[in-house]
Amino acid sequence: MTAFLKYREIWLLAAIAVLIGLISMRFPAFADPGNLRQVFNDTSILMILALGQMVVILTRSIDLSMASNLCFTGMVVAMLNAAHPAIPIPLLVVIALAVGLVLGAINGLLVWRLNIPSIVVTLGTLTIYRGATFVISGGAWVNADKMSPDFIGFQRAALLGIPVLSWIAILVIALFFVLMTRTALGRSIYAIGVNPTASVYTGIDVGRTKFIVFCISGMIGGLAGYLWISRYVIASVEVANGYELNIIAACVIGGISIAGGIGSVGGAVLGALFLGIISNALPVINISPFWQMAISGSAIILAVVLNARGERQKGRIILRKAEA
Amino acid sequence: MTDTPAPRHIPDRLDKPLSSAIFSWEALLVVVAIAIFAINSFASPYFLDPYSLSDLTFNFTEKGLIAFAMALLIISGEIDLSVAAIIALASTMMGMAVQAGAGTPVLVLIGIVVGLGCGAFNGLLVTRLGLPSIVVTIGTMSLFRGIAFIILGDQAYKGYPESFAFFGQGYVWWVVSFELVLFLIAAVVYWFLLHRTSFGRRVFAIGNNPVAAQFSGVRVGRIKFILFCLTGLMSGIASVLITSRLGSTRPSIAQGYELEVITMVVLGGVSILGGAGSILGVVLAAFIMGLVTFGLGLLNVPGIVMSIFIGLLLIIVIALPIVWRRLRGGR
Repeated sequence: MTAFLKYREIWLLAAIAVLIGLISMRFPAFADPGNLRQVFNDTSILMILALGQMVVILTRSIDLSMASNLCFTGMVVAMLNAAHPAIPIPLLVVIALAVGLVLGAINGLLVWRLNIPSIVVTLGTLTIYRGATFVISGGAWVNADKMSPDFIGFQRAALLGIPVLSWIAILVIALFFVLMTRTALGRSIYAIGVNPTASVYTGIDVGRTKFIVFCISGMIGGLAGYLWISRYVIASVEVANGYELNIIAACVIGGISIAGGIGSVGGAVLGALFLGIISNALPVINISPFWQMAISGSAIILAVVLNARGERQKGRIILRKAEA
Repeated sequence: MTDTPAPRHIPDRLDKPLSSAIFSWEALLVVVAIAIFAINSFASPYFLDPYSLSDLTFNFTEKGLIAFAMALLIISGEIDLSVAAIIALASTMMGMAVQAGAGTPVLVLIGIVVGLGCGAFNGLLVTRLGLPSIVVTIGTMSLFRGIAFIILGDQAYKGYPESFAFFGQGYVWWVVSFELVLFLIAAVVYWFLLHRTSFGRRVFAIGNNPVAAQFSGVRVGRIKFILFCLTGLMSGIASVLITSRLGSTRPSIAQGYELEVITMVVLGGVSILGGAGSILGVVLAAFIMGLVTFGLGLLNVPGIVMSIFIGLLLIIVIALPIVWRRLRGGR
């Protein structure tokens, strides 16, 4: 039982249960399964993004460019759809994954081949990708009336009473669970975060693995790009501006250590859900949405204070460098 | 009679050959700055006008002021992502004071004190509780700006006194603005602090090896705390300047500045891994970023496209020495 309580996911789950309990004490409709399904659906995109960020953070790196990647890829698929409505949606999803992969691979190559710290590389590509969105769109927006009904309707279609968007999130969670717990790559990702030097001696190619995690986060950013645009039915340069920090916040609340090596798929999902519940609950309990930012900020600080117990150490730097 | 050995002369710093100065980071930045300056003056006839050049400085003075303190913080191995949020909170507090009828001196004091307080809060969380600064300041970034949003919502504070406008809009002499003078003074102060005092040496020592620094008697926690306070203080000062220049406060003020400040610091040759960097580099990087944005602005290039150039500049300038070394190493 005590071993069971050691898992921080359990504590986070309890915190979420308490949160839902408190809200539903005053507004019983909030805990209604239909509403909770809605909250899950609303949080799907953040969950997917948090999983992509998680694999990067586990290797002691960070990807600040995810939201810009989302913005760029979203614009690409929206413009493609507006110009050629005949392109089937599954093909557009594949295109979104491919575009995201290319952007992620650029980050990965700079980190792997030139050994530039990931925070610097992605700080640069954060502005470049968003600027590139402006260049391809000329600053114009793609509105709902230019998007085909399929483009907008795909993720809203219900499958067994649950929207496709939620199914995509469930599928991605399952894939990441298999990746992190059942494959050699997942093991390598954890190993690099825990001890990069030892990983080299065990035969793990640290640089190549980092390249792969940036490709993964890039593909996730691309996928989220299509999902975001078709959900909020507007593609512009401003899409998801500053959202990269929400993604990292979800990871931190989910107990993923910024120092690498510690974190789980369940944690990332629950961290995102925690933020999703707060943003959904505020209008219900009649608190101005302007409170959201301060509340999630406090949640991040609280989470990091709680997580820090036990993993305190001297000699921290911003992001520990993984020796390759 | 015992022979006391003559005290051995230990040089304060090693003599550097001229070649190392030529191939230094700062030299690279000077070349880049001159190149951009030259391109700009060819590209637009309006560029080489004293009034244009004076306008140019507003592009980097406010961010540059924060970048000096941020450089020290990053050299010590920490980071502060909340600087732009501190600007927003300090500006909001100044706005509230204006509504209550406060005069200019009180406003300036409030801006600076709020900045200092926010910096101290970051510093306490990082040094007392031993938390990673990158996460703490992502949290306080949301918290500080969140408080500004709670107070202001979608409203704006206006009605700053006329004398308050001097800080962001005033000129000390001819085309030399108050902001530029403050920037240059801060550059000298921070240069002295980092490169000529034992405090600066300790900052480098902490960045290179915090554990060794601790065992050498350096109060690592206290110095980091001071650096966070300094960063908050400079953000407070920047908040006074920006609020004065814009003449109004919205909760979204200075959004995204934190990344531009960090870009400036990294472009200036400060190692993001800590332990290395110079104030001269940061000054040059501030000029370069100002030149790029202003020059492109004269050519009617939209701001978002300028950010592509800033991003490319950051990656290329960092990658260049690495590629150069590889090529010379024959790989």
